[in-house]
Formats: sequence, structure tokens, C-alpha cells
Amino acid sequence: MSFRSFLREKLVPEALDRQIDRVRKPTGTLGYDPWGYNNDAVKIGYTLARQLYEKYFRVEADGVDRVPSEGPVLIVANHSGQLPLDGLMIGIALASREKEPRVPRAMIERFFPTVPWLGNVLNQVGAVLGDPVNCAKMLANNEAVIVFPEGVRGSGKLYRDRYQLKRFGNGFMHLAMKYKAPIVPVGVVGCEETIPAIANIKPLANTLGVPYVPVALPVVLPAKVHLRFGEPMVFDDADIPEENVTERVEAVKSQISRLIDEGLSKRKRLF
Amino acid sequence: MANEQKPHILVTGAAGALAQQVINRLRDNYHLVAVDFREQVYLGDDIPSYCIDFNKRVFEDLFRRYHFDGVIHLGRIMSSQLTPMRRYNANVLGTQKLLDLSHKYGIHRVVILSTYHVYGAIAYNPALIDEEAPLKSAGLSMDLVDSVELENLANIYLWRYPDLNISILRPCNIVGPGVRNSMSQLLASKRAPVMAGFSPMMQFIHIDDMADAIVLAYGQPRRGVFNVAPDDWVSYQHALTLCGCTRIPLPSVPPILPRSLLRLLNLRSFPSYLMDFFKYPVVIDGHTFRETFGFRPQRPLREIFRYYRETKHTL
Repeated sequence: MSFRSFLREKLVPEALDRQIDRVRKPTGTLGYDPWGYNNDAVKIGYTLARQLYEKYFRVEADGVDRVPSEGPVLIVANHSGQLPLDGLMIGIALASREKEPRVPRAMIERFFPTVPWLGNVLNQVGAVLGDPVNCAKMLANNEAVIVFPEGVRGSGKLYRDRYQLKRFGNGFMHLAMKYKAPIVPVGVVGCEETIPAIANIKPLANTLGVPYVPVALPVVLPAKVHLRFGEPMVFDDADIPEENVTERVEAVKSQISRLIDEGLSKRKRLF
Repeated sequence: MANEQKPHILVTGAAGALAQQVINRLRDNYHLVAVDFREQVYLGDDIPSYCIDFNKRVFEDLFRRYHFDGVIHLGRIMSSQLTPMRRYNANVLGTQKLLDLSHKYGIHRVVILSTYHVYGAIAYNPALIDEEAPLKSAGLSMDLVDSVELENLANIYLWRYPDLNISILRPCNIVGPGVRNSMSQLLASKRAPVMAGFSPMMQFIHIDDMADAIVLAYGQPRRGVFNVAPDDWVSYQHALTLCGCTRIPLPSVPPILPRSLLRLLNLRSFPSYLMDFFKYPVVIDGHTFRETFGFRPQRPLREIFRYYRETKHTL
């Protein structure tokens, strides 16, 4: 598309262009994959988001090399901060790592595809509707998939509940087991402080058909973000009752909780 | 003598470009009989061609006269044609009549053309929809009910009469020279409407590839429902740009606004009940068909779009 090519030419530095080209995504003849991923859009998106990543949130990513360089993998993290900035930051951390970069796919809320422009832009930079069929097909496609098992329970939480993990769904564990995908737990610290919300206007959210409407300052604060990647956790695909699956989910949850605690204790100041 | 041994095939929808492509591929090896609901078409001296309503009793005379071995049912009336009631009569009741006669006269191969529209366009569709996915279209629009009903009916016959060897093909957008469906009209037009802020992923199959797929499927009697789509994808707005169309954005939210506008405009190529197909992706997974029948589409997307771009300049 001419406008996209123009933006790409004007914005994308050569080094980043090469960096993204190193990640060989299976796409069709016009550069799209079935979920709408587009290489040019990714390059533009990453160029812009890298500025946020480096200059605004000054992200520190520990242990990003723990994400396997190939094969299916689930990157499971705590969700926070009203906007899906945490997914974006994890994505950039992984795409900009020196050794074997990957462009992960983030599973997004069901609400996004209904939003004009935003839904399309998110799809083009690799985000995908958070549907189990999508996740399964992506893992079968050897993709690295970012999952927030807390869903809107996590992203919509209020400032007073910060860093408290909400209930994790079990879906990601079933998929990890079925597709023999290692799980890399990630603790995200800092996104809670980007948009601190004091209340949620539920009736308005229901009227607008959105998951939540936070009462917060209309700005995104430049909180410093720490990402801590844990060791990959591998689970077999044994036929076990749901109760045991929940135990496995809890094991992942406690790892994430530990990573968050480490991040919080290492953090010297909020901004 | 050799001519006498050629199997007989009934091809419906003969006035359409796709059926004519299929007929051209089969005419050397089969005795073909062409029928169409809409008009009688001349297909050469060797192919009897009829304009006939399947629901009329004379339709059975064709079965008595020609002793068909197989049926290729491409005569589905598209959602942009006729009224819903007439479409229902032709597509659902007509197909039922066709399948009843096929059973009565011992036909042992039936290929039915359906459409990916049966899956329905909603925001929560995953990509790469399998054949087992529910057919949501009937619940979303009354105008697509006949497409889903046709499939349900074909499915009942598929299981009740296994000897018919029914294969149902659900292709993505069939486009290319001569195709008159709404998507082809959009790609061929100078200005095409788009839903502002939405550019869903789409799949296109060239009419020649689709004709190859039908011929290939007919030759291998494997029952079942199959998606037919190449392993290639493009967003709708990008496709329009590559076809040299000027995009005319329509306001997309709240949904009542574009729906009312489209009803008012009453565009044949962009009807209000297909509106969501231009908002949300319905991306189907065609790998089962490709693997079962060894199908390899030959015409890349760029070639398809080049045709539309070049014909636009000459017009």
C-alpha cells in the first residue's frame, strides 16, 4: 500500500528493517498471514513503539533470552494498566533482542476487533483475537504467543489492587499441554502505574459495550517498566483431571508472582 | 463407440462463467448436459443445454433421457440475485429435488458448490476456520438462510445416501474474468465502498483454479464438506488498491448507520446483509481439500488483481 510504503521508507531505520527481516514469518505472496500480520506494518509499528519502549517507559528486560528461539511457546504474564501496553513492551523486548529475535503474537480482548482502525492496526502488527482456536493454530504454526490469563480482570484492575494477581483461566495450560509448548512466565512491573485508575464506571462501560471505563487521568504516565522473564516451564500432555490442570496453572501463577516481587524489590523509584 | 462409453454428467448453473469453465475442462471426456435456471446458453453442438426450473416435473425427463452418472451442482442463486423467497425455492427446494432425482436414478457422484458466506461474519471469528465450525450465517442474516439451508440439506443426503458420494465445496471469493458475483463487481468497479476503519483479511480464488478444483473433486469420489481456498491472504482495502479502485469509506459505527445507508443506496455489489463481511474477517482453512484431492492453485493474487486493474483501464 502506497501510504504504508511511504511511512516505512520515511520512518524505519535500516537496522530495524534488517532485524525484523531476520524473523522469517510465514506469509502469503502479498506479505500477510491469515490473522492479518503484515511485515511492513510491523516495521512501522516497532519503529514508533521502540521510542516508547526506550525513551518513555525506559524498559528493562531481564532474561529475555530465556524465550526459546524457535518452536511454539506461550509467554504468560500479569496484565495491568488499562491499555495493553504490557503486551506491546514484551513484544518489543523479544523482537529487539540481539540473539534470534522473534515477533510474538499477543492475544487481545474480544472487544478490539469491533473498534474501527485500532482493531486493524493491532492485527497488522501481530496481535490476534484471543480465541482458543486462534491460539491453537498459532502454536501449531510454531509461533510465540503472549497470553494474559487474567484477561480484563487484570487490565481493568484499580490502582489499589495493583500487583495482585486475579484469577487465571485454565485455557492456556490446556493449549500448552496439547501443543507441547513451553511456558515462559513474565512478571511485568511498572505498567500498573502508567494509568492509575481509582474507579470503574460499570454502567457506562455496559452502555458503550466496552470491558471497563476507568476513572483516571487522561494521560499515560512515564512509569519505568521492568520485565522479568522466568525459566521456561514444560508440562507433559498427560490426560489429567481439571483439578490437576488448575494446580499447574497455580504453579505458573506463583512463578509470575515471584517474578513480580523480584521486580518490585529491585525497583528503586516509580518513574 | 468410444463416445457411447463416456459417462454422463449433469452440470447446473450453466449460464455462469464457472460452469462454463468446468464444462470446457470436462467436455472431451464426458457427455455433458447443461441446465440453468436463468437462461438457455449455447455451449456447442455436442452439449444439450436447457433452461429449466428444477421444481418442474419436466426436469425428471432429463434423468430419464440421459442416464446421468454424476451431477455437478453449481447453479446456486447468489445472495445478490432475486428475492429471498425465490432464492429459497431455487436453492433449497430445487436442490432437494435434484438430490431426490439423483438418488432415484442411481447417480454415484455429486459435487455441490456452496460458499464461505455460510460461516457468517462476526468480530469473534477465529482465522483459518475449519469445516466443522458452526454455520452462524443463518442467525445473522435472513438473506443468507438459503445458503445455510442448502448445505444442511446436502449434509442430510450426504449421510442418508452414501452412494451419492456427495462433496460440498465451500470456496472463498471466486473472482476473475467473467465472474459476476458481488466481489468481482467490486474489484472491477472504479470506486468501491469500504467500511471506514475496517479492512478484514480476505481470500480470493481465480475462476480457473476453482474450475480445476471442481473437476479434481469430481474425479475422486470422496464424501464430505471441504473449504476451498489458496494459502494466501490480503486485506480488503489492499486488494482494492491493487485492483486500481478508489476507496469510498462509509461511516462504520454505530452499525445502524452504515446498515441504513446501504439499505437506502441498495447497491447490488455491496448489499447491507453482506456489510459485516467487509468489517470482520472470515478466513477459511483450505488445507483438508488441498491434501485430500492434491489441489494446488496456480494463479497468485497479483495476477488476479492485475486482470482487474488492466480491464479497468481499457474500459
